[in-house]
Amino acid sequence: MKIKIYILTIIFIFNISHIFGKDIDKNLIYKNLRCLVCQGQSISDSNSDFAQTVKLVVNDLIKQGKSEDEIYSFMADKYGEWIVYKPQLNKQNFILWLFPYVILVSGGLIILYQFRKKREKT
Amino acid sequence: MLSNLGNLLLFLSAFLSLSLIYFSFQCLKESQELIHSKIFQISLVQSTVILACFFTLIAAFIISDFSLINVYQNSHSAKPLLYKISGTWGNHEGSLMLWVIILVIFSFLFLIKNKLHPKKFRLYTLIFQNIIILGFLFFILFNSNPFTSISPVPKEGLGLNPILQDPALAIHPPLLYLGFVGSSIYFSAAMAALITDYSDKSFALSIKNWVLISWVFQTLGILVGSIWAYYELGWGGFWFWDPVENASLLPWFAMTALFHSLIVLEKRNLFYFWVIILCLMTFILSVTGTFLVRSGILNSVHTFASDPGRGIYILSFLSLLIFGSIFLFFKKYCAKNYSINSNSKETFVLINNWFMMFYLLTILIGTLYPIFTDALTDSKISVGPPFYNAVIFPVVVAFLIFMAVGPNTKWIKNRFDNLINLIIIAVVAIAINFAIFYFFKSYTILSNLIIISSLFLIISSLNDLIKSIKKSNIDLARIISHISFGFLVFFIGLNHNFSIERDLNMRVGETKKFHNYQIKFKNLKLKDYDNYKAIIGNLEVENIKLGDKKTLNPEIRIYENPRTLTYEAAIKTNFIKDYYLTMSNIDRSEFYNIKFQKKPMMIWIWISVLFLTLGGFLRIFKNAKNN
Amino acid sequence: MQRIIKFTFILILIFTIGIFYLSLKKDNNYSTVNLVGKKIHNVKLESFEEDKLFTLEDLKKNNFTLINFWASWCAPCRAEHPILMNLNKTQKLKMVGVNFKDKKKNAESFLNDLGNPYDFIARDELGKQSINFGIYGIPETILINKELLIIKKYVGPLNKQDYYKILEIVSNL
Repeated sequence: MKIKIYILTIIFIFNISHIFGKDIDKNLIYKNLRCLVCQGQSISDSNSDFAQTVKLVVNDLIKQGKSEDEIYSFMADKYGEWIVYKPQLNKQNFILWLFPYVILVSGGLIILYQFRKKREKT
Repeated sequence: MLSNLGNLLLFLSAFLSLSLIYFSFQCLKESQELIHSKIFQISLVQSTVILACFFTLIAAFIISDFSLINVYQNSHSAKPLLYKISGTWGNHEGSLMLWVIILVIFSFLFLIKNKLHPKKFRLYTLIFQNIIILGFLFFILFNSNPFTSISPVPKEGLGLNPILQDPALAIHPPLLYLGFVGSSIYFSAAMAALITDYSDKSFALSIKNWVLISWVFQTLGILVGSIWAYYELGWGGFWFWDPVENASLLPWFAMTALFHSLIVLEKRNLFYFWVIILCLMTFILSVTGTFLVRSGILNSVHTFASDPGRGIYILSFLSLLIFGSIFLFFKKYCAKNYSINSNSKETFVLINNWFMMFYLLTILIGTLYPIFTDALTDSKISVGPPFYNAVIFPVVVAFLIFMAVGPNTKWIKNRFDNLINLIIIAVVAIAINFAIFYFFKSYTILSNLIIISSLFLIISSLNDLIKSIKKSNIDLARIISHISFGFLVFFIGLNHNFSIERDLNMRVGETKKFHNYQIKFKNLKLKDYDNYKAIIGNLEVENIKLGDKKTLNPEIRIYENPRTLTYEAAIKTNFIKDYYLTMSNIDRSEFYNIKFQKKPMMIWIWISVLFLTLGGFLRIFKNAKNN
Repeated sequence: MQRIIKFTFILILIFTIGIFYLSLKKDNNYSTVNLVGKKIHNVKLESFEEDKLFTLEDLKKNNFTLINFWASWCAPCRAEHPILMNLNKTQKLKMVGVNFKDKKKNAESFLNDLGNPYDFIARDELGKQSINFGIYGIPETILINKELLIIKKYVGPLNKQDYYKILEIVSNL
């Protein structure tokens, strides 16, 4: 039972984050772009000139058949990585993406280690 | 005049802190078990003085005494009384007064409430707490003094930012501060316990209610903050993973881990050093959060006017806390052998802590990472909602399942007798989930799993409730909190999956249709109020299928002191859904940007959190009765 | 073992605090000024007057091109206009003005009043072109060379210092 739970957990963690729908949701893209002229607002939340323009351009890019990630890298190329809320997985950011999972796995190992210690004793 | 009085009272409190430390050391040298009545008296006087000092500041705000820079910068004589008062803690200097008050009052209450514990432990707690108090008093006196005067005296104040003039924001800081500043007392107690080798379960008894109190207020503070963000910011969301929000969440996770571990320390005398680490960590994270918010090194919606001088002071204080506590901890730490069974309650508390640490560290690295890349490689990046959603939510599924299974296990024993029961619950949860998704038609695997696991937790907690009523042995506090947490995730899941959002550019008189909805932009009105002018839109939202019409009136407000433009969302709430509508003008055109959102189950998210804290309150009262 | 853990732990903390200290001195307002050295591509600017397109080929003809985003409704644009007029006197520099989200009539009277510094005026009624150049608020000005690399970005109105800097860059060739 225990082992099953562990296996399930591991499957959840490594697979589920990658299974998302393929449809492009433009609201989602607006939400994931930062409005550069506002305080901590996304393009979706803002009504500034800049946000309006970005929305138009994103719509164009979707019509051209660009994927979500392509749109993010397009924007990041023009305005720097600051504009995308989802940091791209690259050399600079891999610690950011890896670290939580390292914590998760090592936390689990520490708990398992507690049982092993006990088993050795008995 | 008020300036002199305030400064005098501040110096007096600093002096009282010093004398408390001095007399405590004197008292420690003596052999008797009693604490001098002198110490109690000084502590009481200290609380009174600091309160008097705070009321002096409030008085200055009420009478609009612009000879104080602080009042001049943050108030205005035309402001409503409530916001004059709440303006006291709505700014950096005034909020520090609130900090110190909570530090002092908790110090006094802890001293008088723990009569059954050893003298040495209580006195060291008092000493450490007063060192912290002094740290903040010096900060106030020499860097951020709310009583600094200005001359010549200005005739009128600059006013408070209108989006901060709000009842929710008036009570948000006091609640939140009770939470994370309250954690100082168990930081001090943990340091005292380390020094005096007070390492058994009675240590757990001395702090457990303090942990719960701070947890309850932290939760309420976060709740009020998100409600405010929901209706005031006009974005329709209630959580943005903004660095400042994250800063309030970090200590919350540490507190949650802490009070679960405390149960084990109390019942089984295990995890002593882990509990100490959590106590130290909670307050250190609180001060770290304060540093991040006040120093201005983070880019956030909630900016305080920043000043590097402040940053350096808080950073030095933070380093002192960190290295002081680490030094003491490493000196006293000795590895203990625990023996735990894999299916005991202890294990599940460990699992709880494991997940709490995962959430905490994920959010911590997400918040700090941009600071690191900026400092090291000069490249600025943003870590926002997509990162947290992708990393955290899949893990929530496993967490909820453990949370459902955990409480059914026994202490020490290694037995799993209710497997069949769990399978039945899981089947029911899955069935309900598919019914929901069949009915509403929206589908991603992750959202299905989240809803299934939250239902699993809800049903199994309900099952516990029924069983324990039969045995007339109810742990109501735990059950209520766990059920509400299940509901919280459940409603967030529904809200996230079934929200509808539409961005429309409309002119007055236009009508637009989408899905089952029709929006009619009827007209615009101009209205003059005391301290602002408003452009009020009149829009009708119709659900064509149900023939249900609602009128919503979003506003654009133009404030004069200080000159700001704000957008007020129109929200129609009922028990099933919220309609949320904002209107903003598009520069140089006759179009208005209308953003319509339908947010299902919104009110239940707030209610779930309220019930979550209700569980905490019940536990506090129960503990107080048992002691 | 325990000693190593303690040691690394303390090192991490010292490192973190050090980073905090460094960041205190940094300006944390974001600006794209430093995003230089990138190549621009995919340019199709519509002419203001006639049915003509301005493309990358046109840009390659010039040693240096200064692309200025402006509008008649933008007050700082008015402020920087005399500097643009002066820059126009330099032969080595081609000047392109992109009229951003503006009405044609207003733009024309703006240029009639203050003079026309541009060798080519383009229209960007919806503002979409501005995104291609990484512009987020006007006035903004970028200086590109023959290889279409962005050498300099100016966010906000140009001032005297910028003027001399541009002249220096252009005449150093």
